[in-house]
Amino acid sequence: MTVERALADVPLASASATASEVRSGSRSAADVLEERLERIGADEERVHAFNLVTADGARAQAAAVDALVASGDDPGPLAGVPVAVKDNLCTRGVATTCSSRILAGWEPPYDATVVSRLQRAGAVLVGKTNLDEFAMGSSTEHSATGPTRNPHDLSRVPGGSSGGSAAAVAAGFAPLALGSDTGGSIRQPAALCGVVGVKPTYGLVSRLGLVAFGSSLDQVGPFATTVADAALLCEVIGGHDPGDSTSLPQEFPSVVEHLDDGVDGLRVGLVTEMMGEGIAEDVAARVRVAAEALAAAGATVEEVSVPAVSFGLSAYYLVAPAEASSNLARYDGVRYGVRVDAPTAGEMMEATRTAGFGDEVKRRIMLGTYALSAGYYDAFYGKALRVRTLIRADFDAAYERFDVLLSPTSPTTAFAFGDKTADPLQMYLNDVCTIPTNLAGHPAASVPFGVGADGLPVGVQVMAPALGEVAMFRVAAVLEASAGAS
Amino acid sequence: MDDSGNRAPGSRIGTEEVAKVAALARLRLGDDELERFTHQLADILDHAADIEALDLDGVEPMAHPVRVVNVLRDDTPGEPLDRAEVLAQAPAAEDGQFRVPPVLGEAP
Repeated sequence: MTVERALADVPLASASATASEVRSGSRSAADVLEERLERIGADEERVHAFNLVTADGARAQAAAVDALVASGDDPGPLAGVPVAVKDNLCTRGVATTCSSRILAGWEPPYDATVVSRLQRAGAVLVGKTNLDEFAMGSSTEHSATGPTRNPHDLSRVPGGSSGGSAAAVAAGFAPLALGSDTGGSIRQPAALCGVVGVKPTYGLVSRLGLVAFGSSLDQVGPFATTVADAALLCEVIGGHDPGDSTSLPQEFPSVVEHLDDGVDGLRVGLVTEMMGEGIAEDVAARVRVAAEALAAAGATVEEVSVPAVSFGLSAYYLVAPAEASSNLARYDGVRYGVRVDAPTAGEMMEATRTAGFGDEVKRRIMLGTYALSAGYYDAFYGKALRVRTLIRADFDAAYERFDVLLSPTSPTTAFAFGDKTADPLQMYLNDVCTIPTNLAGHPAASVPFGVGADGLPVGVQVMAPALGEVAMFRVAAVLEASAGAS
Repeated sequence: MDDSGNRAPGSRIGTEEVAKVAALARLRLGDDELERFTHQLADILDHAADIEALDLDGVEPMAHPVRVVNVLRDDTPGEPLDRAEVLAQAPAAEDGQFRVPPVLGEAP
């Protein structure tokens, strides 16, 4: 059974078009919001994209935008645009749970920088979206609030960990959403839900107020129905933040103005290691059609081998859990969230963490603790960090010959609930094409490109070197334009 | 750590090690959980055998994608978080501080 998707029947306006209308006064932010709240009211019960719908707060924000327009002021580039925000981004006074029991009811005392920038741009926060607990997962099944369902087929997962954000955009609940991507958590759900998802270059978007998972890998990025909307949102949230010491000292590259530049003369490499074993044939076939479309538009397309990416999964599942085990040590029942009482502080902390964390989070904390422990550090964590260097070096070599690299985003289309929950390694294999770019710190986008044999969306991944967002978006725009025709 | 205890043949991790790691991470596992997690963690570590076999002598470790060190700013006072707002989110607070159960007197 699928949601009767008015998205397909009655297309709603893009974020860019909506902001133009609201800024010009031809449509009110309140009207824009009510249209989306109506969609949420009709379908959210079946999709469960949200942990919280902030209808009252959103109405107040929309009214404030309309008041600015009425007084002749410009609310900003996202004037009146409803945005859904992943529930691991801090929102002051609005519950932020990371879909974990341990943070149930927590209301952060500050906004994430990306949330402040959304509000400064005139956007309207419609709600906090569901995720795999603490962003650890690839299906949104590891959520304390229950799974999100894929709007294209309610019996399938939306991907993860930002499954709620992807589903919210796919279902028409909001034209834009924010997610976070540590090993593919924006791109993979974008692919499975048939929307655009972008992980920017590490350091281009502030992590202040993003609840930390793997600090050297995490990056915030957009979901949108169009490449142009994703580019616009990147420019709004990106750029230096003095509150994040890993923030790059520069603005987000100007991508919107280059969206129509085409791909004439660009060099595109099709990654051999991401087109063979483990990749479903119908998905690989769509990527080959995408490569042909780029060639037809004037790009040169060749296959290229990036050998070290084959070791990405192993390196990632040592590095990310190691960082997670350290980051999640802060949930001890003292400063925020839930506490399970016990006679002593140590017993209280153990009881709190045992009751508060779900299985996948416990698994990764233990794996990371093990990888960092005396006697195993060199064999596991130390080696994984050296593999990271190899992966970046192999990418660097490829980017001497190519402007962007192409691959599937996910090895398959959306899978059924319960298919992979019993076997964590099978779940992890979903991220095999997305993980290498996180390890390298590079940007990548997933662009919808038709459907697989089961009629469900396929995403094509466009990877680029650090700060290569302009070429990445140019390629994404051409793929978007040719997706319908090929 | 004890390298012999309770491992499946050829496995990289056994129940004794998982129990020790869980204790270090302040997690308590039931017997069923211990068995299940040990099996799953062993599978994941088996997959990582591909990098164990790599010769990486002379390759520098990469802990972070951005080579930014010692980011400095002017030493000027900023706006701190509101103490009452922060403490209102704590499970227990008293006299402007976080309150916890007794720390002294517990078993090591």
